[in-house]
Amino acid sequence: MNAYQSLAIGQPIERLEAIPPAVDAMVRFEGISKTYPAYRGKPGVNALQTIDFAIPRGSITGVIGRSGAGKSSLVRLINGLEKPTTGRVIVDGRDISALTGRALRLAQRSIGMIFQHFNLLSSRTAADNIALPLEIAGWAKADIKARVTELLALVGIADKHDRYPSELSGGQKQRVGIARALATRPSVLLSDEATSALDPQTTRAILDLLANINRELGVTIVLITHEMSVVRQLAKEVVVLDAGHVVESGHVADIFTHPKHPITQSFLAEAIGDSLPVSLASRIVPEPSAGGHAVIRIQVDGAGAGDTLVARLAREIGRDVSLLSARIDEVGGQHVGSLVLGIPLGVSSGADAVTRTLAFMSRHQFPAEHLGYVA
Amino acid sequence: MSPELINLIIQATFESLYMVGIAALLGTAFGLPLGVFLATSRKGELFAAPIVNRVLGIVVNATRSTPFIILVVAIIPFTRLIAGTSIGSSAAIVPLTIASTPFIARLVEAAIREVDGGLIETASSFGASPLQIVFKVLIPEALPGLLLALTLAVVSLLGYSAMVGAVGGGGLGDLGIRYGYQRFMPEMMLAVVVVLIALVQLVQSAGDYLARRVNRRLRHR
Repeated sequence: MNAYQSLAIGQPIERLEAIPPAVDAMVRFEGISKTYPAYRGKPGVNALQTIDFAIPRGSITGVIGRSGAGKSSLVRLINGLEKPTTGRVIVDGRDISALTGRALRLAQRSIGMIFQHFNLLSSRTAADNIALPLEIAGWAKADIKARVTELLALVGIADKHDRYPSELSGGQKQRVGIARALATRPSVLLSDEATSALDPQTTRAILDLLANINRELGVTIVLITHEMSVVRQLAKEVVVLDAGHVVESGHVADIFTHPKHPITQSFLAEAIGDSLPVSLASRIVPEPSAGGHAVIRIQVDGAGAGDTLVARLAREIGRDVSLLSARIDEVGGQHVGSLVLGIPLGVSSGADAVTRTLAFMSRHQFPAEHLGYVA
Repeated sequence: MSPELINLIIQATFESLYMVGIAALLGTAFGLPLGVFLATSRKGELFAAPIVNRVLGIVVNATRSTPFIILVVAIIPFTRLIAGTSIGSSAAIVPLTIASTPFIARLVEAAIREVDGGLIETASSFGASPLQIVFKVLIPEALPGLLLALTLAVVSLLGYSAMVGAVGGGGLGDLGIRYGYQRFMPEMMLAVVVVLIALVQLVQSAGDYLARRVNRRLRHR
């Protein structure tokens, strides 16, 4: 149990200065709250409360939260599909929450959006789906044709020009969705769970495509997701949302190497899997036995994670340390994960070896935990 | 069957097709926008106007629950105002249109409501106006359903058209009643029924074919 777990869920942690106010913001939320009034017997909902943060220009920013955390409301404030109850949303220097009618529709052309279920028109081919926002923006036919060809090539499906959505795979449909969102050359691309309906391999390919688009076109990408893996693979900045509050925000590497809020910790645990392999967990007993091992789990993160840790530990305690289980992943370019080590007890009780291991880890600031013993 | 009688049948068939065709066109012209409006004007929808929606809904229901033969008689003054007479095929188009408009509107409403709401949100997200959403998203996406709705409306109109004989509207139904029933000519009755069955069959097949042609949803699977 750590100190932060005693915090009430949804209570904000003062870490918002991780994105300094001076940063060149593409999107800035200022004092946002969003309340849905009671309707037809359903009680009102406070979807978002006291939201203040900025999304840096040109960044890929992940907004992560459980379902119902307010992610969808948040992203829909950016492109004006919803209006905040209080506060302002500034997109590219313009207060989009104040715009209505034609002015809003013009502003929306510079904000693209992709969706979990792709939302392609079944009656239009891939090319005609991509052409739709251009038709709506009133482009000339010849310009539309040229732009669509360019976009199909950009998303890697030039050969699917005349295919209907029913003839495309999920990944191809999302590529059409991305091309359509980019058609009017937006400065922001909103992704609402865009890979949640795709298999892991396709997800990977789509995330790579988004990374390329960010790099080559400089489009700011805002990723709404409930999957840690998406943030980990793509985002540089992250905003953790819980029960309508921003509970943490900042660089992905900082937030996920030192998660403070329980929600953030639980996302990280899912991503790196802090649970033991079943075959190992079932063998752990509370009492030592002669010739057995003490089981110690070590959380590793950041600089030099684990590189030489096991070797140095073995030297320190003068015993052959065995590696029972390990899981190391990359989050925002930093290594995080856990190692489960077996410390041989030898003929003596081994209590000394355990104590020295924990002391060694404490000295090097790796959280360590004595789980028990295996025979 | 004598050539005169065959001529009568041919003439009545053309009268029926004329009444039904024009009434279907007019009914669609009025019913399509009405149906689209009914489907998009509830609270929070594209053309949100909940009170107007409610009132139109009541009017539509009232028209639909009035038995057609009563409607025909009840609106004779209105028919005379529009068509200049209350007798004949042209005059019959007025009650047929009035009966088919709310019917078509409800079918259109159902077809439009079938369109995934996510598509409306998507189009809004790239700045489509409500009218652009109707013409570029809702109607094209609902087209298979709309064609089937129209088919159903035409078939119903063929049935209704048999009743306008009561006010001298002519057509196949009128022929069947006057010759087949009142003059005891079973072969005439049979001929009328056969022609009507053939017409309904033809309309339904054509409608099904067109709806399948424009449906891209599951075609190539």
